[in-house]
Amino acid sequence: MTAGRPILRFETVSKHFGGLSVIEDLTFAVRRGSRTGLIGPNGAGKTTVFNLITGVYPVDAGRIYLDADDITNVPSRRRIRNGVARSFQNVRLMRHLSTLENVLVGQHSRNGGLFGVLQPISLSARNRWREEARAGLADAGLAKYERATVGGLPYGVQKRIELVRALMAHPRLLLLDEPAAGLNPAETEALHTHLVQICRSGDITLLMVEHDMQFVGALCEELVVISFGRKIAEGTPQAVRQNLLVQEVYLGKPAVEQEREAVAESPLVAAGVSRAS
Amino acid sequence: MSGYAEGILILLAINVVFAYGAFLPLAAGQLNLGLAAFAAIGAYSSAYVSNVYAIPALAAIPFGAFAAGIIALIVAVPVLRTRGIYLALATFALGQIVQATILNLGFLGGAAGYPVNEFIRLPFISAFTVAVVALVALLFGTRFGIAVTAVHDDERVADLMGIDVRAFQVTAFVVGSAIAGIAGGLYAHHFSYIEAQYFSVTLSITIVLNVLLGGTQTVIGPLLGAAMFTLLPELLRGSAHWRYVVFAAGLIVLMALRPEGLLTGDQLRQLFGWRRTDDEGSRMPREGPT
Repeated sequence: MTAGRPILRFETVSKHFGGLSVIEDLTFAVRRGSRTGLIGPNGAGKTTVFNLITGVYPVDAGRIYLDADDITNVPSRRRIRNGVARSFQNVRLMRHLSTLENVLVGQHSRNGGLFGVLQPISLSARNRWREEARAGLADAGLAKYERATVGGLPYGVQKRIELVRALMAHPRLLLLDEPAAGLNPAETEALHTHLVQICRSGDITLLMVEHDMQFVGALCEELVVISFGRKIAEGTPQAVRQNLLVQEVYLGKPAVEQEREAVAESPLVAAGVSRAS
Repeated sequence: MSGYAEGILILLAINVVFAYGAFLPLAAGQLNLGLAAFAAIGAYSSAYVSNVYAIPALAAIPFGAFAAGIIALIVAVPVLRTRGIYLALATFALGQIVQATILNLGFLGGAAGYPVNEFIRLPFISAFTVAVVALVALLFGTRFGIAVTAVHDDERVADLMGIDVRAFQVTAFVVGSAIAGIAGGLYAHHFSYIEAQYFSVTLSITIVLNVLLGGTQTVIGPLLGAAMFTLLPELLRGSAHWRYVVFAAGLIVLMALRPEGLLTGDQLRQLFGWRRTDDEGSRMPREGPT
């Protein structure tokens, strides 16, 4: 049955930008219905992984599977119909549209045929799609921003609107790129509750990139750790935390070992040290 | 109604149609400087069928719009590959080509111009104007309007949301060109005489300016811009020699003060009391120290 099959599978995926290898031979799987965190130091290639899943960039080698489908060569526009929706590291809402209209954009993949496009969703208040979008905003506690132009809204609110927009596509796999970055503690708490609630039904698998380890540790059941485009560990948050390689990447090599090697610091360690602060 | 007032209203009605022709591509983020060319195609083809085949203006003008739309669809494929300033240049070049072609077509009168037999008046023209405005307003009340703005704001994200960016760009370009074709047809049938020189890049630029200054974010913006551009020079008629200087200076001030146009979407929402309850504190106007 499908229960055993992972929702997302990377098989020896590589991506280069010119001479720079960003993703190297990456293989990992995301369990259906799980809340999985993709972590790693700055520049590890986490956002690139998201861009490969959503088709922003083509892969140079390897395959990407969503459920049973090979989506490696599916054009970016069609992937949302396969059930992949995402948020962006730097909020990317349509700044000239209102909050509600931005959320309506999220439904496009489900209502984008000629008939859907010509439906007067802005003209009748009782339109089913409009009602659905309003309900989505209300669920996230954003009802009062419905008619505001998004450009002027606080950052934390914009991030939540982006989440609602992604949910409107009814994704099977929801990709969140640093959802907690820039949020205050109260907002982070609210986000945690909202995400748990979203995943409760088990229909949505969550894959997120996040630097806030406390947030990730509390929310995610599984972690995948990458560094310089390679997977260095995966497992439960506890197991990953005890992994020596992960500690090395995040905290730097033990001082003794560093002296012994006495080589010029590898950029890997430099990245790890700066992360530890 | 005095002949003068009627003349102004006719000019206004035609300019409003023109403005909506410019609005569609602008709303999708395209600077189309070839609008005059599509107006010329609409004007000449509607004039030709009404002269030669005695087709009434009521059918000839839509035919002109259709012809403009077809030509737009054909050129959209290569032209819309370009972006930004290059798109403006490509459409500018397109305008030159169409103008030069008409100048060399003997059966359309060439440089001598082309007379049009049937004559239409204000009620006829204003009915077309109302229909065009209603059509665009309806179109922008659908998901189409939202998707076009989304394409304008962020092509990449629009694509990832499942929006066929290219299809919306082409549609905006083609429908806008067809509307410009209607404006051309109305112009031809009212003034009874058309010449290729009239459909120059200056016309395109004026129309685009109408819309940019009126505002490209709402369906009301083009109406406002066209009205301002048509009526203000008339109101300034008092000083015959200086009125365009005053007008141009006013435009520069407007551009400096309202770079996004006279009417923005945000403003419209506020105007109708759709402002969010402003409880963020940081965005509240600061009171004096207490």
